[in-house]
Amino acid sequence: MRYAAKKLGWMLLTMVIVSFFAFLAFQIIPGDPTAKLLGSDATAESVAALRARLGLDQPFFTRYFDWVYHALRGDFGTSYSYLIPVSSLLAGKLGVTGLLTALAFVIITVVSIPLGLALCTYDRPWLRRLGAAVEQIIMAVPAFFTGILMTLLFGLVLRWFTPGGFVAPEADLARSVGYLFFPALSIALPRIAMTVKMLRSSVSKEMEKDYILTSYSRGNGRRATLYRHVLRNAAVPVVAFFAMTVADIVAGSIVMEQVFAVPGLGRLLLHSIANRDYPVVQAIVVILALWVVLVNGAADLLNQRLDPRLRLM
Amino acid sequence: MKRKMSLFLALVMVCAVLGGCGGGSGRKGAEGSNGLNAERKANNEIVVAIPQDLEESLDPHGSVSAGTREVLFNIYEGLVKTGPDGGLIPAVAESYHISEDGLTYTFKLREGVKFHNGEPVTAEDVIYSIQRCIDNAGNTGDSALVSALSAIEDLTAGADGTVSFRIGAPNAELIYFLTVAIIPADYDAVDTVPCGTGPFRYVSRSPQENVVVEKFDAYWGTPASIDKVTYRIYTDPTAMILAVKAGAVDLCPHLTAAQVKQIGEEYTVAEDTMNLVQAVYLNNAVAPLNNEKVRQAMSCAINRQEIMDMVADGHGVAVGSSIYPKLTRYFLPELVDYYTYDPEKGKALLTEAGYGDGFDLTIAVVSSYQPHMDTAEVVVEQLRAIGINASVQPMDLATWQSEVYVGRNYQATVMGVDAKNVTARAMLERFVSDNGKNFINYANSEYDALYIRAQECTDEDEQTAVYQQMERLLTETAANLYIQDLADLVAIRSDLTGLQFYPIYALDLQTVHYTD
Repeated sequence: MRYAAKKLGWMLLTMVIVSFFAFLAFQIIPGDPTAKLLGSDATAESVAALRARLGLDQPFFTRYFDWVYHALRGDFGTSYSYLIPVSSLLAGKLGVTGLLTALAFVIITVVSIPLGLALCTYDRPWLRRLGAAVEQIIMAVPAFFTGILMTLLFGLVLRWFTPGGFVAPEADLARSVGYLFFPALSIALPRIAMTVKMLRSSVSKEMEKDYILTSYSRGNGRRATLYRHVLRNAAVPVVAFFAMTVADIVAGSIVMEQVFAVPGLGRLLLHSIANRDYPVVQAIVVILALWVVLVNGAADLLNQRLDPRLRLM
Repeated sequence: MKRKMSLFLALVMVCAVLGGCGGGSGRKGAEGSNGLNAERKANNEIVVAIPQDLEESLDPHGSVSAGTREVLFNIYEGLVKTGPDGGLIPAVAESYHISEDGLTYTFKLREGVKFHNGEPVTAEDVIYSIQRCIDNAGNTGDSALVSALSAIEDLTAGADGTVSFRIGAPNAELIYFLTVAIIPADYDAVDTVPCGTGPFRYVSRSPQENVVVEKFDAYWGTPASIDKVTYRIYTDPTAMILAVKAGAVDLCPHLTAAQVKQIGEEYTVAEDTMNLVQAVYLNNAVAPLNNEKVRQAMSCAINRQEIMDMVADGHGVAVGSSIYPKLTRYFLPELVDYYTYDPEKGKALLTEAGYGDGFDLTIAVVSSYQPHMDTAEVVVEQLRAIGINASVQPMDLATWQSEVYVGRNYQATVMGVDAKNVTARAMLERFVSDNGKNFINYANSEYDALYIRAQECTDEDEQTAVYQQMERLLTETAANLYIQDLADLVAIRSDLTGLQFYPIYALDLQTVHYTD
């Protein structure tokens, strides 16, 4: 219980720090939302008037605490660009990015775990070398490039999907999934390679430990040892890695949303930064931070169940 | 054996995931025999690609960006509206009359004009709309519009469905500003939900995804042919061109020459101009650019044809001052070659000005505007030939807006400046020394005096002549290094036709229709 309380404290602190820095960043970078909003009609006077209306003429800390006060009540303000509440703006985008993330995660899990296990079970030197080479190649190619290749192959050559023809999930879920599958696959590929590599090295490390000999001496075969004893131990770092991956997928989706013209959270974030749409950026940053913090927290709890030794910490 | 089996099973799973899920899902795109999307044609709808979202208030009286104006053009109309030839077409007003002395304007409202919300347009709505611009309550209005309309007094509704007003002094240009959108009186969702009288009505938007408009059935004039238009937002140029190649888009404006080369034969390409003046805008207030000779020397170093060849395969139209060619009434073709490409002369002028050893010059450019970036790179090389050590400083739009445009804290910048209506005022007013939009800090008392004279002109021809003098003055004093009006290449699917081009930044979809 104390462990959970301590964890929760750290989570809160992380959130406060992140939100503060998100706020501070706009204080430092050049560019002013009012100039962008007023466009070619911006004059020094109209900028000053609009700054006052948006409350940007207030001191930094006043604005920050005002924002925190309202954010805690679920009010993230109004988007400067779209002039609608940030919460309703984000509601539509969370679904898209959520679906993309979920798809990518499903692909990673469904492919990497069986593949990794199969490679551990059927352990041959040539396969190990081949696997390592393939892993290296997949991990070395930047994700956006994989995305473009996928678009060319599946979109323009095979015509399995229409690049740029995104369909919103609420309009037609099946078609939406059919479209998002390809960006999800692009996000998943390098992570699959990493997970397989992780799993293999984790298992092979375990296989060198003394309890393996014991297991063998009791008459267990390699497979039995692997599934009954090794996996549980080997899973601990993999679960932590998966947590990292889940957080990472969201970051990966920011890039993929550009390549595949998917109107999700990532695209909104990039454009809101470009437009200095502070309320939207702050809300998204907080949501992303919350996501990372929660996923890591969940991974810690899961690992405790897998490995009781961790409960002492 | 069992081991091999599990390996095999794992591989099957991998293949199933990689291949299976994707198969079939996208094929529903229903392509016709010509490789074009048949589903959209059957539904009589089109998808138009736009390179940026409408990330601002959609208030037509506000200072909206060119990209937003392009969409709103189909939704809103004024008492009169700009026609494809640059003339004015009566819209909400059926006709108008300007008194002999040029001081009283009377508009006869067209009967049966309805707003998209179903309400008929009344004199009250017209007066409200014009008064709203004059009042400019939020201080976010289009400043040229606000200042032009402020001359209006005694805005009143007549008994016979007319609206009339008086102005203090005759003004030949005022009528062009009455293209200002008519909106319902006291309409409170003007920032987010457009409601006008145009051929298309606003339906919905999804930020960073699309904006949807539909044919307005109760339109007073010839209704649109297309039932539904989806503006899809492609902010990434690669993604946009891939979407065109894949057939996800039916009409794609504002392409570059390089992009057009990648498009297949299912699309025809129409060429037009962007209707803007692209130039290396110079901060006339900072040394050494405050020296007229230096600016003239730089003008001699610019080779426009080379820029157009390098940037757009020769597409584009050269300009020599701040009026683009499609503003035919004002455009002076002889100014285009006022400075001929002559680096030797440029060097001589530079030496004469006391900068024989050259100087350092930073050219600020918005990095997402590819044509301007490309142009700047060529300009840097051309300026180097006369000894100026120029370099490009890329920045994002928001930084450019606050540092360069509003802050005026820069030396030079490559940009395009456009007009919101077809008057010379829309292009030339900004260079009056105390104008808020005079971002180049141009200060020329002769120019300022001419501008005042132009405003006092009652005769349109006389006024045009004065504006032409101003135009010439900008060239003679080398206020900026004028380059071109950029080419606007539009890809249209081959069974779609009827697109009309305008002398302002607009994409009129009313006349677009499918062929059989």
